[in-house]
Amino acid sequence: MDRPLYISHYSKIENGRISVDGNAIFHTDEAQFFAFIKQAFKNQQIDYSKFYKMDNLSKLAFLAAEVLLNEEEDKEDIALVLSNKSASLDTDVKYQGSIQDAANFFPSPAVFVYTLANICGGEIGIRHGMKSEHVFFVSDEFDAVTIFNYATYLIKSLKAKKVLCGWVELFEENYKAVLYLVEERGTALHTTDTINKLVKN
Amino acid sequence: MNCVTPLGLDLHSNWIALLEENTGIDMHTIGYFENIYTAKIKNLPTVRSDLTYLETMLYLALEPLVKLKNLDTKTGFILSTTKGNIDFLSEGKSEEAQLNKLAVKLAHLFGFITQPIVISHACVSGLLAVSVAKRLIQMGQFDEVFVLAGDKVSEFVLSGFGAFQAMSANPCKPFDLNRDGVTLGEAAGAILVTKSDENALVEIVGEGAINDANHISGPSRTGEGLYQSISSALKEAGIAASAIDFISAHGTATPYNDEMEAIAFSRLGMHKIPINSLKGYYGHTLGASGLLELIISIQSLQNNKLLPTKGFNLKGTSKDVNIVTQAMDIPLTYILKTASGFGGSNCAAILKKMNG
Repeated sequence: MDRPLYISHYSKIENGRISVDGNAIFHTDEAQFFAFIKQAFKNQQIDYSKFYKMDNLSKLAFLAAEVLLNEEEDKEDIALVLSNKSASLDTDVKYQGSIQDAANFFPSPAVFVYTLANICGGEIGIRHGMKSEHVFFVSDEFDAVTIFNYATYLIKSLKAKKVLCGWVELFEENYKAVLYLVEERGTALHTTDTINKLVKN
Repeated sequence: MNCVTPLGLDLHSNWIALLEENTGIDMHTIGYFENIYTAKIKNLPTVRSDLTYLETMLYLALEPLVKLKNLDTKTGFILSTTKGNIDFLSEGKSEEAQLNKLAVKLAHLFGFITQPIVISHACVSGLLAVSVAKRLIQMGQFDEVFVLAGDKVSEFVLSGFGAFQAMSANPCKPFDLNRDGVTLGEAAGAILVTKSDENALVEIVGEGAINDANHISGPSRTGEGLYQSISSALKEAGIAASAIDFISAHGTATPYNDEMEAIAFSRLGMHKIPINSLKGYYGHTLGASGLLELIISIQSLQNNKLLPTKGFNLKGTSKDVNIVTQAMDIPLTYILKTASGFGGSNCAAILKKMNG
């Protein structure tokens, strides 16, 4: 029960930049999120057409997970603990536009499904075959204590072998994703301090 | 524990209405939607002028529990909701619709010292919130956690389920041959999860929340995630599937969901265990449903009484399941509550009666 846990790898997407374990793997000056994420996706040469149907939050979360997990094996037992501030509000606002007035009432099921915060986690789960524990938290700022305890619980209770944790926030043009993998081996000790610095810096 | 629903503004009135087999589903007109069946609260009182409709529901559910307690640094507060104050979007107030804003407002109102935790995980939110409470207590983060769940009937959600063609034209018929979709409802539920067994009604002996990793808007055809969630809960509880006395299913009355559940229960050899769905009384109350139905199931456990599945008439799944069709008095020790939702989410919790 007392053996320490570690962070083995992490990824970040912010300001047109994608990095893995602190090393930049893609950068563009493209200011618009939509154009940036499309370029980044093409740059990674990922063959996955479902990406284009996703909403912006899912695209962000998907790509952050993709660059982190593409070398991982046995992904079925990796749990997923995601959090953000705005839940699915970005898509909620877009969907509201389709039902705002009676004369222009065109609700789309393909948009509506993304008006739930946890769908981006579902997309990651489908891509990587993560038939595992999933949860989505919403908080104003990254809640390091809760996320730390939750991830630790999942591994110590043997409900997961590894846990993919982090922050995937997107509202309009403001976006930031930081994902990290918690497991029994790694370089940085899994503590609330470590994850706070990782996510908030 | 307590709840606020179309059947009553507290748990006692809900239980009385359920024993009389009353339904909260009725014909309503909501915005563009004329004369549709929903389970909407009638005559919700105004308790404070600064609360929205949903906040009033949530306040009424939690207030009786909180007022008896001393809230300190080891008291947690978890809010479960899918859409929160979503109606603000029609007024262009996106900041007001933030889920965390709702949680912080309620936390201040009740005087919680710790930061609120919000779970927004589609239709498993309410049940998953109880799992999260238990897990964080096990980790020592809290000694007790107030779990509050709520969602209201909104044009936003009605239009979405309508666009999916997932809404029934009639009051929903869970597990029935002629089921054709959900009836949406609104409710709030509140429960106190604590590490102390003093005065406890039940012990949470096992739980799990495993994703299907299959499809974002449809359940797995094999019920894999639900199967694994229940298996995980059974393993933690250290009991066999056959030890479960009653299952409170999700039972939304969509063709795919109920079929998926029947397959998962059948794969676990649970087809002879009495099962009900409460959606015929409350409709699908989204982020509240898992918690509301857990609360009613605990009430069943306490009273050794099973409620019939309102709306069910004819067997309508490829695998046999033992749907409760009339009220039954039966000794109960272990019950299983399950939920499933968009994003491939599933959740299962096993409760054991205390001193039972």
